[in-house]
Amino acid sequence: MSYVLDSLRHLLGLTVERPAPERQSQEVRFIYERKAQERLTKETLEAIEAAHAGTSKRHRWRNRRWATLLIINLLFVVSYQFDVQLVEGAMTASRVVGFHFADLNSALQVMLAFKHVVLNLLIGTATVLVLWWLLGGRSFCSWACPYHLIAEWAEWLHLRLAARKWVRDMRFHRAVRPVFYLIFAGLTAASGYTVFETISPTGITSRALIYGPGLALFWVLALLLFEVFVSRRAWCRYVCPIGLTYGLVGLTSPVRVQYNVESCHHEGECRKVCLVPHVLDITIKGRAEDTRVDVAADCTRCGLCVDVCPTDSLTFKVKGLAKVL
Amino acid sequence: MSEQGTGKKAKPPLSKVRREQNRREFLRTVGLGVGMVGISLAGLIPLIGGANARLRPPGALKDLLDEQRFLAACIKCGQCVQVCPVEAIHLADLTDGVGVGVPHIEARNQACDFSCDGLQCVLACPTGALTHDLNFPADTRMGFARLDRPEACLAMQGKGFKGQARGPGFGGKLRYAEVDRWTPIPVAEHPYDLELCDLCVRQCPIEIRIAECAAEKSPEPGQVARVAEKVGNECPPRHAIALEPRPDGGVGMMPVVKDGCVGCGVCEMICPVEPTAIVVDIDKVTEAPI
Repeated sequence: MSYVLDSLRHLLGLTVERPAPERQSQEVRFIYERKAQERLTKETLEAIEAAHAGTSKRHRWRNRRWATLLIINLLFVVSYQFDVQLVEGAMTASRVVGFHFADLNSALQVMLAFKHVVLNLLIGTATVLVLWWLLGGRSFCSWACPYHLIAEWAEWLHLRLAARKWVRDMRFHRAVRPVFYLIFAGLTAASGYTVFETISPTGITSRALIYGPGLALFWVLALLLFEVFVSRRAWCRYVCPIGLTYGLVGLTSPVRVQYNVESCHHEGECRKVCLVPHVLDITIKGRAEDTRVDVAADCTRCGLCVDVCPTDSLTFKVKGLAKVL
Repeated sequence: MSEQGTGKKAKPPLSKVRREQNRREFLRTVGLGVGMVGISLAGLIPLIGGANARLRPPGALKDLLDEQRFLAACIKCGQCVQVCPVEAIHLADLTDGVGVGVPHIEARNQACDFSCDGLQCVLACPTGALTHDLNFPADTRMGFARLDRPEACLAMQGKGFKGQARGPGFGGKLRYAEVDRWTPIPVAEHPYDLELCDLCVRQCPIEIRIAECAAEKSPEPGQVARVAEKVGNECPPRHAIALEPRPDGGVGMMPVVKDGCVGCGVCEMICPVEPTAIVVDIDKVTEAPI
């Protein structure tokens, strides 16, 4: 239950407090106590880091994810350009080998604006709901959304500029994202027009890939420039209602990243690479409630933390799968 | 630190610096909110005065220039674009505001000639923005044709037409059943040699279908004249356009738009004069019942 509640707090932009000691298990308190006694030297940590940097695991999940994201988006393009009809449509709604798929947020907007739902849309929405629930909810963001990938490249640029102190990451309050969510939903219902879809870089990028570029790409470019020069990953972190929708789907999803306190050295590398670092606050010494903790639902399951962790303290897991196998 | 769990009320007050940081973050965040919402609302501007209205694909849920239901229901996926055999459908750009990604047709470049037969765009639409309530081309109400420049019309001048209707460089396609029943071909590959130009009538998909139905019609006595009653609405019940003697008694003939016109735009596309003599208006549709 605390997983769902903590996840909800993250999604709403609220802070999750450090757990009271009585809420922590005996085992995890014992681990923290032991860690306080035997501190690792800087040299040891650096050696572990260096050893990890050279392994093939350093970018394993990122490479898998980029390949998946590119394949998904290329399937759309190829299906149209070569008329193979595997994935027809765009990211907002499509037909995958004939089966209806509808992006949950796009479908929600249409329902709010149109105030009428045809059966095909209902089928498409339900299919996508089940699909992304099985796959982790916000995994849509990092494994399918075309804007996410470009934004990741822009983020790389931002971080390089920030390292030279040429730019600073301007932070906003994360509670603005659920506020946006309500505003966009309200405006859509009140005006009868899909207000958010107009500025959605996901829809714009997806359509530009499939049907050819247009002026709308300048809006995407403006967002990217804002993220490079002003605020790191601002769209995904503070604005995008699609992420929030899939975050809610992921509340009970079985696919999660799991944190293992025992092997963690608390260097914080995972939080530095994370799009939503608040979900990794559990890796701060003293924050975990148990020896193993699931990373909350705002996590996009991108695997960057899994890749960067030199001690394999963060791993993908599917809840309940171990019991089945 | 160790007793934090019990003393929640005893939180130390925030430092002055921290309070100032929070205040600034709050103001920045409000700025971001106002900015984003403002930009998204700017998408409503192109709607003013129906400036956004366009020729839409068959079945679009709209009432002449009032496209609210159509823009609301469309999920901006372009599946209609993908199924159109003549590639008549395009998605609008950001200049259309909330209409971005919504399908439309530029009839002069490529009209809808119903060569898919089954209204594929309607079938492809996942949200009912192109309503499934219509079954046949004659049921569509996209617009209504109008002879915009009668003085330029070749038929009105009694002139014929020879050659490629829109010149050699024109990329538009039509299906010519006598050439290929299933695949549309470029208009440029199908030159004409007409004593009196009747392209708008000759290529009208409604007129073509009426002629096909008439050819299929049983010659037995007792059959009704109206071919529609034989195979339902699949045969258009009304003529869409015809050449008639000029009302002023002049030498030429005049294309007269009839109440069977659905506004598909083929006449506008095929008209060989520049600019076109016949256009499709979107602020009018036939009042004839479906």
